[in-house]
This record gives sequence, structure tokens and C-alpha cells, in this order.
Amino acid sequence: MSSNVASLDIPVEGSDEQLSSRQHITGFGFYIYLLSDGILFAALFAVFAVLRTATDGGPDGHMLFSAHNAFIETACLLTSSFTCGIAMLACDRRNKFVALIGFLVTAALGLTFLALEVHEFADLISRGDGPDRSAFLSSFFTLVSTHGLHVTCGLLWLGVLLVQFLGRGFTPAMVRRFLCFSLFWHVLDVVWIGVFTFVYLVGGYL
Amino acid sequence: MFGKLTLSAIPFDQPIVMITCSVLIVGILAILALITYMHKWTWLWTEWITTVDHKRIGIMYTLLATVMLLRGFSDAIMMRSQQALASSNAHGFLPPEHYDQIFSAHGTIMIFFMAMPFVVGLMNFVVPLQIGARDVAFPVLNSVSFWLTAAGALLINLSLGIGEFARTGWLAYPPLSELPFSPGVGVDYYLWSLQISGVGTLLSGVNLVTTILKMRAPGMRLSMMPIFTWTALASNMLIVAAFPILTATFAMLLLDRYLGMHFFTNDGGGNPMMYINLIWTWGHPEVYILILPPFGVFSEVIATFSRKPLFGYRSMVIATMVITLLAFTTWLHHFFTMGSGADVNGFFGITTMVIAIPTGVKIFNWLFTMYGGRVRFASPVLWTIGFMVTFTIGGMTGVLMAVPPADFVLHNSLFLVAHFHNVIIGGVVFGCFAGFTYWFPKAFGFRLHEGLGKAAFWCWFFGFYLAFMPLYILGFMGMTRRMNHYDDPAWLPYLLFAEGGAVLILIGILLQVTQLVWSIRHRETLRGGAADPWDGRTLEWSTTSPPPAYNFARVPKVSGLDAYWGAKQEVMPASSESFEAIEIPKNSGLGFFMSFFAVIGGFGMIWHIWWMGVLAIIAFIALIAWSSWDENDEFELSAAEVGRLERTQPHVV
Repeated sequence: MSSNVASLDIPVEGSDEQLSSRQHITGFGFYIYLLSDGILFAALFAVFAVLRTATDGGPDGHMLFSAHNAFIETACLLTSSFTCGIAMLACDRRNKFVALIGFLVTAALGLTFLALEVHEFADLISRGDGPDRSAFLSSFFTLVSTHGLHVTCGLLWLGVLLVQFLGRGFTPAMVRRFLCFSLFWHVLDVVWIGVFTFVYLVGGYL
Repeated sequence: MFGKLTLSAIPFDQPIVMITCSVLIVGILAILALITYMHKWTWLWTEWITTVDHKRIGIMYTLLATVMLLRGFSDAIMMRSQQALASSNAHGFLPPEHYDQIFSAHGTIMIFFMAMPFVVGLMNFVVPLQIGARDVAFPVLNSVSFWLTAAGALLINLSLGIGEFARTGWLAYPPLSELPFSPGVGVDYYLWSLQISGVGTLLSGVNLVTTILKMRAPGMRLSMMPIFTWTALASNMLIVAAFPILTATFAMLLLDRYLGMHFFTNDGGGNPMMYINLIWTWGHPEVYILILPPFGVFSEVIATFSRKPLFGYRSMVIATMVITLLAFTTWLHHFFTMGSGADVNGFFGITTMVIAIPTGVKIFNWLFTMYGGRVRFASPVLWTIGFMVTFTIGGMTGVLMAVPPADFVLHNSLFLVAHFHNVIIGGVVFGCFAGFTYWFPKAFGFRLHEGLGKAAFWCWFFGFYLAFMPLYILGFMGMTRRMNHYDDPAWLPYLLFAEGGAVLILIGILLQVTQLVWSIRHRETLRGGAADPWDGRTLEWSTTSPPPAYNFARVPKVSGLDAYWGAKQEVMPASSESFEAIEIPKNSGLGFFMSFFAVIGGFGMIWHIWWMGVLAIIAFIALIAWSSWDENDEFELSAAEVGRLERTQPHVV
């Protein structure tokens, strides 16, 4: 029976001879979740593209955005992805000290990023250019703060993980959760590169 | 302290609502009292509320859907009665503001809280059994998904007695759904309950995609998966790809309403048509999320009861996947009248018509499966044949409306209403009932009464035609949808026929309730061959009915399509293998508690009781952190214990 449908066979790792390990399944499932998160951001990007010029007589991106601030934010987040990667390598080698330092630096950079973002938002709102000013600003605030909300959730998550990590070290569950966290953190980085490019560079300069 | 909530939120002046609420409250109190009287609280908590067993979660999803079917149908028959009574000088019994809430609630509840939970419930129950897995990939997450759906359902039903529901139609188009035109809490009830249940659905989609792709029994390649599992995979991939758009869209409307933003408003540069584009880029895939699993049910049913392998398995899989892809290319046909121009409308008209091709392939596959087979006309087969006839008609009226010029005439008319009920009742609902009847013995160990099932089918079948064929004609006569009152007396006879159809469907529903009660009371007489009552072909029939918590004592090894049928054709040597220890996930209260706080938080946000929203967020963080503290979320059932359980429950294989 299988011969006449052979062309449909797409081998899936681990399904043929043995049941997949739990880490493998969790990582895969988390990946699927991240894809759905990517679609959420895609919708917000599309809305931003549509409403970019809908300023209702108010300021547009050229007048508002500071490339200086956005550049520092980008540097923080990209570096934090790098330190997160180092921490994950340390997890592979079961090096508790380096992993801890790596994650702490990641968290510190993430917090700096958030502080800069909140500062930018507060500045805009205080000048009367808040999200209720125009459709363009609604979409800007929503897109950027959705990313910021993800960073916040990531930091809370990392905090809980680190408290657990100090208590119990490299249990299989710990390693699995760090793996998911690092996937999450890297994807946030990718999304930010989209935000930086389309919101701050294209929206602010081109 | 209590935001916008005051005692005046309870509509004491509306007798219909008050009587309904009183009956509901008395009913709920009676059930609670009964549980207390029978000392069943512990049992309820450990066996059902905190269960992470995919079978029980599937059963609870189906139960939720059935209850919501009754709610949604009450709305339906009230609308039919109103239109039958509100011709010319008569004004019926429902004032416009109440009638508008009813048609909005009917659509919202039927799609989100009846069809979705029913389909998700069937997938949850059947898919792991069909692929020889012991549970889904993330059992606790599965429980969270169900309970979030239940939270949404509870919240939307609270709007019946506390405040009001949206008067905007089931998709809450702006600018009507924006604050200046809908200042009440109705749209907020709509948005928060769908946000909460939408997150549940998304998580359930992630879970089932992972389960199907990563947890199949050894040897089961993708090309050996049962068709229902294939359609479940397609449906869940669509959930993962489409539901985030819904979440984002509703979030933007919420921001408009709560923070004064301008996404979809008339002023400030907002763009209401963007909402309609976004909601239908979710909404059209949603149609296929709902219909693909029933296609899978019909495929299983028709192969089993024709005692033949499904005709054209490969083309069925390809057709399913083509529909999955095309699902994202047709959304604009819901608003040809937006004025995108002839080229854009032409493109979407053609993509819409193209979908008829893979669907037609499926219809012929089912027909050819029956051809030359020895078809047993059991009630699942009746639902299937009823579907094939009805769905084909509905599909053809759909292709008719895919022609943009025709759509300009028929848009927003009762022709459209007849069309989508034609495909949803004839497709999704018939499919859910076919699957319910087909897998009921697997879930509970006894069959449903066959005669009552057939009688219910005929009532539904003729009731559907009587209720909706007149609506096609009324559409041609120019009657638009959602009318509370009309002047043209020529429409009245058709609406009276439609009312008769609704009554016939009501009789069908009553027969189904009777069937369920009768079958439970006489279950001992209906147990015959319950492990495999239909001579099934796929793995779910190879285990006991109901299956043990671990589904399969020995993980099956698969070497072809219709794995169980193949195994039954061979003389199997009595298995002398010893049992192995099985890891079973522990119960978890996480889903229930999250659902509890989701209701609190949602209710608080709806009524602007901000501290309740903050409380819910803090509770969510605490609950997730707390549940992650215990790393041992599984316990081991020893080999000896598995052996003892297997000896007390006679297995078929």
C-alpha cells in the first residue's frame, strides 16, 4: 500500500524507529508557537505599512524618530542575543558559572532596551504625540510596544528561570526551558531588526 | 471600585431575558446541588476538571459545544419566529435592540463556541488514538486550551444577564463597533471573550500540529496517516497561521475603544476597511479550519461503512493540502462591494472558484469509495450522504457568488445567509454529528440508539431544506439579512416555511437529546462489540472502549495505511511480550485556575474595573511560575500495574 503513495513520504526525524525525545518535541512545539507569533507581528507590520502616511495632519516619522536612540536599542538587543548564545553554549557544557553570567548580562541588556523604549514613548506622549494623536502613531506605538511587551515577558520568564536554576542546576527540564527561552529571545531580535528597518530607517529617513 | 457596573446593568425590564436567566440559574443550582448530594465533587475535580488526558479534554470540548448548540439554536429560533411574526403592520415580539444582540450572539456562539469546540474536541479525542500516541505533545497545555475556551464561553453568556451583547453582527465591523456608535459593554463582551478563547484555540493548534508531526507510532510515515489525522493537521496548521491575525485585529479594536487609538475609526486617519480585510484574512481560513476535519470524518465513515479502503487516498491528501494553501488567497470575496476595482475582484473571484476543484475531487473520492462497496446505512453514513448532497448545493451557490457581478446583487442578502448555512450545517454540523455517532462507542464503551439517531438525521435534513431553501428565494426577491421588521407581505409565506424548518430542526435536536438519555440508561444493551463496533480500519479501534489512560499498553507498530484493518486480516499470534512501564502526565489545576482568572480579568476589563484586570495578570504570572516549579509532571505506571489493568480490561488485539 505504501508503494503507491511513496512520493508523499516526507521523513520526519524520530518518527520512524523511536519516539522522539521530550526535549525534541518541546523545542519543535515552541518553534511552531514562535511561527504564530511571527504572524502576529506580520499583521502589525502590515497595518503599519497601511497607516504610515495616515498622520491626520500630525507629525510623521521623519519628525519624530531619533535614529540615535533606536541605534542604541538595536545594539543592546543584538548584544543580548549574543550573550544569550554564549549562555546556551555554557548550558551545553554544563558550565553553571558562565551560563549564569551570560543570562544575567542578557537580562541587563534587555532591561536597558526596555528603559530606552519607555523613555522614547514617554517623551513622545509628553509632547502630545501619543498613540491617540493619529492612525500612524497608533500603529507605531502598537507595533513597537507589542515587541516591548514580548521583551518584558521574556525578562520575567528569565527571572523565574534563573531563580530555579540557582536552586537546582542543570536538570533536563531546566535545559529544555533555557532552550525555549533562547529561541524566544532570538526571534525577538529578528522582529526588532524588522522594526528598526521598517519603522525607524524607512519610516524615519527614507 | 466597580467601574461601569451598577445594578441597572441587569435588564429587569426585559421579561424574556429575565425568565431565561432565572431558568438558567435554577438549572445550574440544581446541578450543583445534585453534585453535592451525590458527593461527586472530588470525583469531578480529579477525574475531569484537572485531567490532562486528551480523551477527557476532547469529551469536555464536545460537551461544551453541545450546550452552546442549544444556546445558539435558541437564538436562531427566536430570529425565525420574529421574522415570521413581524410582517407589514405586525412588529413581532423582539424590539430591534434586542433582536440585533440575538443575531450577533447567534453567529458568534455558533462559530466560536459550538463549531470550534466540537471540531477541536473530535480532533483532541481521535488524533492521538489514530496515530498510536499515548497523549498529545503538551497535555497540561491542552487542559489550559480547553479551560480558556470555556472561560470565553462563560463570559459571553454572562452578557445575557449582566449588561448587553454586541449589536454589530458576528464580526463586529467598525465603525459601528467603535466607541462612538457602540458605547455600551456589548462589543467589549464580544472582544474579550473571543480574545480569551482565541488564545486557547491557538495553543491547541500548536499542540496538535506538534503531536501529529512528532508523536506518531513507529513506522507510521505521513503517507500512512489516516485521513482524519491529515485533515486535523491541515486544520491546525491553519489555526497556527490564522488565529494570530484575529488576536492582532481584536487587540487593535480594543485599543481603539480603550485608549482612544485610531486604527479603524472614522477620524484621526483610521481605516475601517483595514479591519474588514484583516478579519477576513483570519475569517476565510477559519472556514476551512471548521470544514476540513469534518471532511476527514466523512472519509473515515465512508471507508469503514463501505468496507473498502478510501478511494484515492493520495488525491484526498493533495486536495486537503491545496485547500489549506488556497484558504489564504480568497478572503476578499467577502467584500467585493468594497470597491477594490475589477482586477482585484477578478483575481479573488477566480481563486475562490479554484477552491471548488479540490473540493470536487473529494466529493468524487467519497462517491467512488461507495461504488462497489457493501455500504451499511448506519446513521453516520446517513449524515455523510446527507452532507454530500447538501454540501454540493451549498458549494455551487458559493461559486455563483464568487462571480463579482453576481455578488454585487446578492451581497448582504438572505441568499448569502442561505449559502453559508448550507455549507456550515450541511458540512460542519453534519460532520460533527457523524463523528459524534461514529466515535461515541470509543469514548464511552456503548453505542447510541440507532433508530433515534436516524430519526434525528431526517428531521435535521428536511428541516435544513425547509428552513434555508426559502431564504435563497427571498435573497433573489431582495430581502436583506438581519431585518427586524419588513413591509413586503410577499416575503411572509417564505418566512413561515423557514420557521417550519427551524421547528423541524428543533424536533431533530430533541430527538438527539432523547437518544443520548435513552442510550445512557440502556447502555448495557448497547455494549456489544464496543471496542470495534463498526469493523473499523484505523488504530483507535484496536484499543479498548473507553481506552485506558495510556491509550495503548504496547505502542503499535505500523507498516501501511489502514493499520488496524491490515492487522485484522492476519492471524495474530497471542502476544507474549511483557508490558513496559508507562510515563503518565500528572493532573494539573493550571488550566482551571487560569480560566478562573481569565473570567475575572475579562469581566473586569469589560466593565472598566481595572483592579480586576491587574489582579488577573498578576495571577497569571504567579500561576505559570508556580506550575513550572514542580519538574516531575509525570508519574510512572509500573509494568506490573499495566499488566493488571490490561488483564481486567479485555483487549481486542
